[in-house]
Amino acid sequence: MFTAFLIKYAEIGIKGRNRYLFEDALVRQIKYALKRCDGAFEIRKTMGRIFVEAQSAFDFDETVEQLRRVFGIWGICPVIYVEDQGWEKLCGEVVAYLGEMYPDKNKTFKVNARRSRKNYPKDSMEINRDLGEVILGAFPEMRVDVHRPDILLNIEVREKIYVYSETIPGPGGMPVGTGGKAMLLLSGGIDSPVAGYMVAKRGVKIDAVYFHAPPYTSERAKLKVVDLARLVSRYTGPIYLHVINFTDIQMYIYENAPHEELTIIMRRYMMRIAEAIAKETECLGLITGESIGQVASQTMSSLIATNEVCELPVYRPLIGFDKEEIVEVAKKIDTYETSIQPFEDCCTIFVAKHPVTKPNVNIIRKHERHMVEKLEELMKTALETDELIIVSQ
Amino acid sequence: MEVYLDNSATTRALPQVAELVTKIMCEEYGNPSSLHRKGVEAEQYLRYARETLAGILKVQTKEILFTSGGTEANNLALIGCAMANRRQGNHLITTQVEHPAVLQPMQYLESQGFQVTYLPVDAWGRISLQDLENAIRPETILVSVMHTNNEVGALQPIQEAGALIKRRNPAILFHVDAVQGFGKCRIQPRRMQIDLLSVSSHKIHGPKGVGFLYVGERVKIQPIVYGGGQQKNMRSGTENVPGIAGMAKAAEMIYAHLDEDTERLYELKEYFVDRISRLEGIRINGIPQEGCRATAPHVVSVSIAGVRSEVMLHALEEKGIYVSAGSACASNKPQTSATLKAMKLPKELWDSTIRFSFSVYTTREEIDYTLDIMYDMIPMLRKYTRR
Repeated sequence: MFTAFLIKYAEIGIKGRNRYLFEDALVRQIKYALKRCDGAFEIRKTMGRIFVEAQSAFDFDETVEQLRRVFGIWGICPVIYVEDQGWEKLCGEVVAYLGEMYPDKNKTFKVNARRSRKNYPKDSMEINRDLGEVILGAFPEMRVDVHRPDILLNIEVREKIYVYSETIPGPGGMPVGTGGKAMLLLSGGIDSPVAGYMVAKRGVKIDAVYFHAPPYTSERAKLKVVDLARLVSRYTGPIYLHVINFTDIQMYIYENAPHEELTIIMRRYMMRIAEAIAKETECLGLITGESIGQVASQTMSSLIATNEVCELPVYRPLIGFDKEEIVEVAKKIDTYETSIQPFEDCCTIFVAKHPVTKPNVNIIRKHERHMVEKLEELMKTALETDELIIVSQ
Repeated sequence: MEVYLDNSATTRALPQVAELVTKIMCEEYGNPSSLHRKGVEAEQYLRYARETLAGILKVQTKEILFTSGGTEANNLALIGCAMANRRQGNHLITTQVEHPAVLQPMQYLESQGFQVTYLPVDAWGRISLQDLENAIRPETILVSVMHTNNEVGALQPIQEAGALIKRRNPAILFHVDAVQGFGKCRIQPRRMQIDLLSVSSHKIHGPKGVGFLYVGERVKIQPIVYGGGQQKNMRSGTENVPGIAGMAKAAEMIYAHLDEDTERLYELKEYFVDRISRLEGIRINGIPQEGCRATAPHVVSVSIAGVRSEVMLHALEEKGIYVSAGSACASNKPQTSATLKAMKLPKELWDSTIRFSFSVYTTREEIDYTLDIMYDMIPMLRKYTRR
């Protein structure tokens, strides 16, 4: 029945002179999202609106599902196009539309006409009044309510006449690419994909880094992270995933640092490596899935220790979330099932039974000092052997 | 160098098998149920396969039932016989060390009102005949014992068990899961008084997705798959002709020089066990005083104190050596092996056990390469353990 979607956008509407940048980014992301759908689509930007028009047969549910992953979209209105072949024809189509869309006719409605083509014989007020009358005649159970109608029937008179009344909620946020780029530390757990999703929702493009520790972590653990990146890329667009071989660094720290500080020092090196790649790839920040107090390395004292090695800001969108709240989002974005596959990641293999929860930065620094030379060298090697995987939906 | 020592998980197909499978898929692809010539051609392959496999087991061709593999053969044997004989009794006997393809159907049958006795094993993974005798009750209808254990290579006393069961009550059915034993040992169901025997093709260098169940002609059994009535209604579904022909070809070739191959594998195993035992903190599982020859020729289970099996596995993988941690069929989920537990292996070694499994392709050179690498690696890996 529907031939197009009217895309209502969220905050872009209030941007000033650079609004076109936001709209162009939105169009680009919509194109990316629809690439995987059956059917051909044309995306048109006209007078402050974006229309997605089907050029061929298409799968309605699949298309809506994909559009619901495009940040910046506030609402998706399925639209029918009526050729302007006279008033009678329009009335017939509208009645047929309402008949099909609303099996239960016991509803209130309001007609909301908008006449962009000014040479149309009736003006907006006349369309509202006359069409309302026709609808009341066709469906006597329906009633008019101009203040809080159940059905807001929009009629837009352009070249063709557009009819729509339903809005499917979109994800909100801002189109990816309008907010710069950031480097996500992706571990394979539940939290980090959610963190990436949350920041991307604010228009930020995402690259990712994963720390691989063969033979202590398996090839399957890496494939799992690639799968997670792919799931996140349905929202964010293609992700450049950097796989860093972390084994030697981890082994060296293991042999040379006090055992309870292993994790925290390891995390500091992960942050350093992530920042090095971030700077090289023009990222403007780092993203982690940390939440205060979740584990020993995420207490406020530990965060001071891991935070201080970076110059770039570290975005921690889950900082105030409980695990259950994170899981809820992970389920919504469909990363949960993949995240809970049981493969060890490099943070858990050598973890101490009682890691420090309140590390003292000065002491950590002191312990690092005698390792720094060798670790610098190992870090350089790790960066040189960075394996880049481009992940796309 | 690539060294594949995970032949209990699956094997490389013999080239002649792959060739035959391709030929049937591309040229003689008929449905054996079709009335035209293409169908007759395909049917000939089935007939030939039945004759080959029946010949190896020394049974009748009508007693061979093709399945999708070992798991289906076990399911059909256990569920099909339990359901068909439930009026005679509701008690079943098996062992604690069976493959999940036996244990899970048993658990299903328990949920359907059957009672199951799980026999314990000794430190080398073998059941005791006394335990078996004590477990038999008047209402026992079926005993299922595996031929060769998939995790440690223990051989069960099948012939003695068959004799014991039939002496106590000839009506009790005796099922043997021979997925790991077929192609390594000569198995003769009649002589061993076996009523049902499960076999899988991909463990003997044949294609995956195919296997068979030997069903003695007097066994009362009902199907678990319903449909077009193929294989005398016992297993509906168009027969996997290329797979079945490939399986028969593989079995034929393997059994043609089984004795030489077995001798060679035992020598390799003895050599491997001898050299690896010299390392400190090593425990070989499932080999009794009588030595390697009392176990399967192709499986060696090694516990390495202080090295987690997954780490050992990936470290060997980096050198091109493929082995498995515990039992490969279940090993993508880290869980404790029931077999090792039943053998009372010390708890700290449960997660440090690696399985090496050989095949006709395995060479002395590969074993040496593997041992040299393990000699180098184990002391290094032991340094990095969870403190």
